[in-house]
Amino acid sequence: MPEHLLEVKDLRQHFPIKTGFFRKTLLKAVDGVSFTIDKGETLGLVGESGCGKTTVGRSILRLYTPTGGSVKYKGDEIDDSNIQRFRREMQVVFQDPYSSLNPRMTVGDIVGEPLDIHKLYTTPGEREEKVANFLQLVGLNADHKRRYAHEFSGGQRQRIGIARALAVDPEFIVCDEPVSALDVSIQAQIINTFEELQQKLGLAYLFIAHDLHVVQHMSRRVAVMYLGKIVEMAPADEIISSPRHPYTQSLMSAIPIPDPKKARVRRRIVLEGEVPSPLNLPSGCAFRTRCRYAIDQCVTQTPELMVMSPGHEAACWNPQNN
Amino acid sequence: MSQTLLRVKNLHTVFPIESGEVRAVNGINFNLDRGKVLGIVGESGSGKSVTAYSILRILDNPGRISQGEILFEDEDIVKMPIGSVRQIRGAKISIIFQDPMTSLNPVYTVGNQLMEAILLHTKRNRKQAQERALEMLKLVGVNEPDKRLKQYPHQLSGGMRQRVMIAMALACEPDILIADEPTTALDVTIQAQILELMRDLKDRMGMSIIMITHDLGVIAEMCDEIIVMYAGRICERGIVDEIFYNPRHEYTKGLLRSIPKITAAHERLTPIGGSPVDLLNMPAGCPFSARCDQAMKVCLTEYPEEIRVAQEHLASCWVNVRDGIRYEGGEGARTNA
Repeated sequence: MPEHLLEVKDLRQHFPIKTGFFRKTLLKAVDGVSFTIDKGETLGLVGESGCGKTTVGRSILRLYTPTGGSVKYKGDEIDDSNIQRFRREMQVVFQDPYSSLNPRMTVGDIVGEPLDIHKLYTTPGEREEKVANFLQLVGLNADHKRRYAHEFSGGQRQRIGIARALAVDPEFIVCDEPVSALDVSIQAQIINTFEELQQKLGLAYLFIAHDLHVVQHMSRRVAVMYLGKIVEMAPADEIISSPRHPYTQSLMSAIPIPDPKKARVRRRIVLEGEVPSPLNLPSGCAFRTRCRYAIDQCVTQTPELMVMSPGHEAACWNPQNN
Repeated sequence: MSQTLLRVKNLHTVFPIESGEVRAVNGINFNLDRGKVLGIVGESGSGKSVTAYSILRILDNPGRISQGEILFEDEDIVKMPIGSVRQIRGAKISIIFQDPMTSLNPVYTVGNQLMEAILLHTKRNRKQAQERALEMLKLVGVNEPDKRLKQYPHQLSGGMRQRVMIAMALACEPDILIADEPTTALDVTIQAQILELMRDLKDRMGMSIIMITHDLGVIAEMCDEIIVMYAGRICERGIVDEIFYNPRHEYTKGLLRSIPKITAAHERLTPIGGSPVDLLNMPAGCPFSARCDQAMKVCLTEYPEEIRVAQEHLASCWVNVRDGIRYEGGEGARTNA
């Protein structure tokens, strides 16, 4: 019995980018990312745009072929030859509920298509019944199956996307910013749906988002990414209460708090400058150009994840206490 | 005594379309005082951006203001000839949009676009305008401003573009800055920089800001007063502490309950049920009644009038009438939100 449901080890995804007529540079979108996810667990993955969090999700599912590292699912290594077998167990819910549903297909066909592909029914009646069940499971009406995606609101469309992912009975779902395109009042509905389904079906999630409130609410553990690397990984409460990496600290302090009295007294670390170009990364620690605690070692040596306390790792030569 | 800069009275903005009339803004009233930050919150389609566009009269076709007044320095913007409105736009009331990529012209340099507004609205010549543009870029914290003036928008990052937009909006020292979701497209660390910058510039230049956002966190950090909009109406308005700690409209209460709190981990969220209202098919009474668990018979048939529930707090909700919540202070009660 393998220990973890999903084991990602030293995952690398480098894209060749044309930078001149004859020149090509490697864009290291993901550069040596390792983590594990257990059955029924949620790992949150946060970071700013361009940090590689979406690429991590897509490389795991082999929507891109990783250029290095390994991904093991239930102990078996996934490669191009056997990925079809894993597609039934690993699914994805995309960010944009408007562009991720085919406008020419009825909802019944959108949810039914994975059933067709994986031949998960024997009679047409059984297919109908399954589609209806999945629609009800995500809080939609079974009668909705004859309608088209454009007839639904953003929140309802995201539910359709979730029903499609669930149709093949997966155990693991990559949720790529599934609530960022939704209004606040609808976000809460979808988050609750994700949580109910997890309890009911024992699903494991890789929950990718830039909204730390949402990630912290959903996850048991949170990994923070910066320029293709995980800089800190810890239990969700610890990431909030005692971040050790200076980047995580500034990220935490930058989130606006929806509480005016607390917002007034809060000390905020405003980061100087901008994220360096991923085509031209600084030597050593990629964050050192914006880091106020940078020391000489940060220029010369790239920090790896180091254990700060049990279950809490940070990649920093000069970790701080909050 | 604060000075009221802008008064919006009974504003109605409609979009006539084939299948009827979309009442995007449906009779709203509010005032903006000098030096204050007024936040407008609401979901998509609640009319918050249309309110802003109405103030500047930059509504997309076929939208038009069907009724109401927008008094700026005692002149009604609604009735003004368009030439006079142009005198105000950019000079006295400026706007920054959500998406800095599409609101900058890709074929002109940053310097060119910055100078355009300055040349149009002030008496500076080209050389002085260029100096002013440079000064503004420095003020908003753009690094290497000399180089940036000659660059095109695509050569800048998202945060830099938004800074250029702010520089452009502030170049003529407007009295009012309207910020329409200014940080929604940006990452949190860049958002923090931009919010800090806006706060700092407000204090230095003494302008008023209308901050439109759906992010209650941004509202809590930036605003003095808040307007909560739902389906084209203001359901509640007041000073920031009143709205956050003493909400008096069921929609506001639901909104505050539905945000995940960092302190209360792994607690189940309380969402607002149902879907946003269909603007083409608005109910007769309170538009929120279909999603409200306190809804009574009267909510379905009659729109509740706005009542003062505290000194600086007004709300339109029948629940307050039922519970007899009304502020009787009289003295000190300002008509303003």
